[in-house]
Amino acid sequence: MPFIEEYQRIVALELEARKAITHRLLVCGASGCLSSGGDAVREALAAEVNARGLGREVQVKGVGCMGLCAAGPLVAVDPAGLLYQAVTPADAGDIVASLGSGPVTRLLCPTDTPFFTRQLKIVLENSGLIDPERIEDYVVSGGYQALIKVLTEMTPGEVIDQITRSGLRGRGGGGYPTGLKWTTVAKASGQVKYVICNADEGDPGAFMDRSVLESDPHRVLEGMALAGYAVGASHGYVYVRAEYPVAVRRLQTAIKQAKRLNLLGNAVLGTPYSFNVEVRLGAGAFVCGEETALMASIEGRQGTPRPRPPYPAEHGLWGCPTLINNVETFANVAWIVRRGGEAFAAIGSGKSRGTKVFALAGKIVNTGLIEVPMGTSLREIIEEIGGGVPEGRRCKAVQTGGPSGGCIPADHFDAPVDYESLRQLGSMMGSGGMIVMDDSSCMVDVARYFMDFCMTESCGKCVPCRVGTTHIHDLLARITAGKASEDDLRLLDELCELLQGTSLCGLGQSAPNPVLSTLRYFREEYAAHVGEHRCLAGACGATEEVTS
Amino acid sequence: MKPQVKIKTLSIDGRDIGAREDETILEVARENGIAIPTLCWLEGLSTVGACRLCMVEIEGSSRLLPACTTHVEEGMRIATDSERLRRYRRQIVELIFSERNHVCSVCVSNGHCELQSLAQALGIVRVHVPYRYPRLDVDASHPRFVVDHNRCILCTRCVRVCDEVEGAHTWDVSGRGVDARVITDLAQPWGASESCTGCGKCVHVCPTGALFEKGKSVAEMSKRRQFLPYLTLMREERR
Repeated sequence: MPFIEEYQRIVALELEARKAITHRLLVCGASGCLSSGGDAVREALAAEVNARGLGREVQVKGVGCMGLCAAGPLVAVDPAGLLYQAVTPADAGDIVASLGSGPVTRLLCPTDTPFFTRQLKIVLENSGLIDPERIEDYVVSGGYQALIKVLTEMTPGEVIDQITRSGLRGRGGGGYPTGLKWTTVAKASGQVKYVICNADEGDPGAFMDRSVLESDPHRVLEGMALAGYAVGASHGYVYVRAEYPVAVRRLQTAIKQAKRLNLLGNAVLGTPYSFNVEVRLGAGAFVCGEETALMASIEGRQGTPRPRPPYPAEHGLWGCPTLINNVETFANVAWIVRRGGEAFAAIGSGKSRGTKVFALAGKIVNTGLIEVPMGTSLREIIEEIGGGVPEGRRCKAVQTGGPSGGCIPADHFDAPVDYESLRQLGSMMGSGGMIVMDDSSCMVDVARYFMDFCMTESCGKCVPCRVGTTHIHDLLARITAGKASEDDLRLLDELCELLQGTSLCGLGQSAPNPVLSTLRYFREEYAAHVGEHRCLAGACGATEEVTS
Repeated sequence: MKPQVKIKTLSIDGRDIGAREDETILEVARENGIAIPTLCWLEGLSTVGACRLCMVEIEGSSRLLPACTTHVEEGMRIATDSERLRRYRRQIVELIFSERNHVCSVCVSNGHCELQSLAQALGIVRVHVPYRYPRLDVDASHPRFVVDHNRCILCTRCVRVCDEVEGAHTWDVSGRGVDARVITDLAQPWGASESCTGCGKCVHVCPTGALFEKGKSVAEMSKRRQFLPYLTLMREERR
C-alpha cells in the first residue's frame, strides 16, 4: 500500500534527522507555561543556540505539558534527563553553555520526587516529549500505528471487543462503559453516523482536556478515527470551547497534517474507510458539555439539553446515531488497540481500569497535571504526589468532580480513587479536577461558590434548575452572611432533593452535590453560621475564587 | 393504510390499561381520565419536557420520568399521584410563583389562568421560598397585543406555536437561567417585529397573563385554544 510506505518513509527520515542532534532542549508550550513566559524562554534559547553556532547539534523544541505547572516555565534537557524550573529568558545563556558539562544547579528541578516517580502515563505518554505541532514527532513515537493495524488487520467488531475487554469507562464524568457505548452505536441502524469528541471542559479548576489537546492532539484524532471505524461513522466533530485558543489552533494544525498524510479524510490510507473531522467552537456555556445540549449547539441551535431517552446512540446529531466520548476517553483508545485490551485492564482496581488524569489545583504545593492508575488513594495523590498543602496549614478537604461533585474531608483520604468509591463518598470522578482546600476555607462558602456557578450556567429551560439554583444560592449567601435560620436549613434540604429528583439534565440533577456533601461532612460549619452567626474557618466574606 | 402499531399493556395508578406503542404516558393517562398536571405541554405542539410537573414514578426505576416525553412500555407500572410527587409539584409551582411577579388580583387572566388553577388544584396556600420580585418590562408596542414579562413562566408555548404552526418564528428565548426572556425577532419591540403576522396564536396558547389582547382588563382575558387541535387534525388529514 503506497500510503503505508509513505508513512514508513517519514519515520525513517525523522530518525535519520535525529542522528545529527546531540542535545535537545524541550520547552513546555502548554497554556500553563505559556502564561508564565514559556514562549520568550524558547525564543531566547533558540537565539542563544544560533549565536553559538550550535544550530546543527542542539535542537530547541516546543513540547506539550510536562505536568508540574507550579514550577513553570519548564525546560527539559535530553538526553541528559535534566529538568529546569522557573526558567527565564536570562537563563538561556547558562543553559546552552552547560550542555555537555554539568547541570545549571540553581535551576534544577528534582525529578526523583513522588510527583514524577509515582505516575503512570498512558494518556500523557507523549506529553512533554513531542512537538504537538509536528505529525512526524507523533508518528515516530508510534502514532497512527493503531489505525494502520486496525485498517489492515482488524474488523470493527474486533476493535470494539478490545475496547470492551480493556474495561475503559467514560472519562468525562459519568463512567459509562465505553465498549458498551460503542456497541450500541455500531448496532444502531442508519446509513449516516457521527463521532463527537466532547472537549467542552468547563469545571472550575480542571484543565486535563486542554492539556491533552495542546500536548498531543493527534492522539485524540487517532482515537476518533478508530472509533469511527468501529461504529461505522465517516464524520467526526471535536466540540471544543473557544476559551482554549492554543488547543484549537493545534487541533486544526493536526487535522490538516493528518489529512495530508491520508491518515484522515476520504479513503484513509487507500482503504474504503473515510473519516473527516471538523472542529466546532463552543461559545462558553457550561451546559453545552451535556451531550444533548452539545449536539444542539453543533446543529446551530441554542445549546439547551433535551430529555433522554432517546439517547444519542440511536437519535443523536441531526437524528443520526452518534457516539460521544470525552477527550481523555479517545486519548486512551490508540494505546489500547496497540497493546491490547488485557494490558489496559491489568492496570487499575475494581470496576475502574486503566489510569486517570487529574488536574491538581487549589491549596497544594505541586499544582499541575498528573496521571495515576485508578484506585490510587486520595492520600497518595494529594499528600505524596501533590506534596500536600503549603507549609503552616492543615489540609481540610478535596473537591472532586467540579460543580457536579462534592467535597471529601481529609479523614476519608484513604479511599481509593475510582468511580464507585467517590460516588459512595457523595462526590464523583467527574472529568478529573481536584481542588484542595486548607483550613482557611469555609465549606459553606465553597458550596455557595459552586452554586453560584450552577446558577449562572443553568440554561433556564426547566423550572427546578432555573429557579431552584437561584434560591439555593441565595440561601447559602444568607447562611454565610450569618442571617439564616433553622427554617432556611430545612428549606435548603428540600430544594436540594427537588433538584436531584426533577431537573431535566445532569447539570440540575447534580447541582446540589457540593451542598449535600458539605452538609454531610461539615454540618457543624453550617450550624455555627446559623446558630452562633460565626464562621469556623474565619473566612466568610473573603473567599478566594478558584481559578484554573 | 397505517403501518401496523403494536399494543402495550401497562398499569397506571393500579388500573390496567392498553396503549399504542407510540403513545406517551401522558397521552394514555389523559385518554383514561387520569389527570397529570402540565404547564409546558400542549396538544398540537412539540414536547419539551421543561416544566417538570408531569414527573411520574415507574416501578423498578429510582429516577422519576416526565410523562410527556416518556413512551409506554410493556408491563410498566406507573404511579402518578404519590405523596412525593405531590410535594415536588407543589414546590415547582411555588418556585414559579416566586420567580416573577404573579399578582393574580390585578392580572388580566385572573380566573382563566392555568398556573392559578394548578395552584388551587394542588392546594397551595402559601409560597415557602422567598419572592424574588424582579423588575421586568411590559412591552405594549404591538397594536393589538401586550407581553408582560412579569407573568411569563418560560413554558415556550408561544415560541413553539409561532414556529411550528404559524411558521413565522417571531418568538424565541434569549439569555440563560433566571435571566432568560422570551423575545420577538432579535429582541426588538414586538410592535417593530417584521416577522410577526399578528395572528394571535401565541396569545391564546399562553397559559398565564403574560400574553394578552389590548383592551382587556382584570380577569377579562380568557384564552381560546380550539384552533390548535383543529389545525393539527386538518394537517394530519392532508398528509
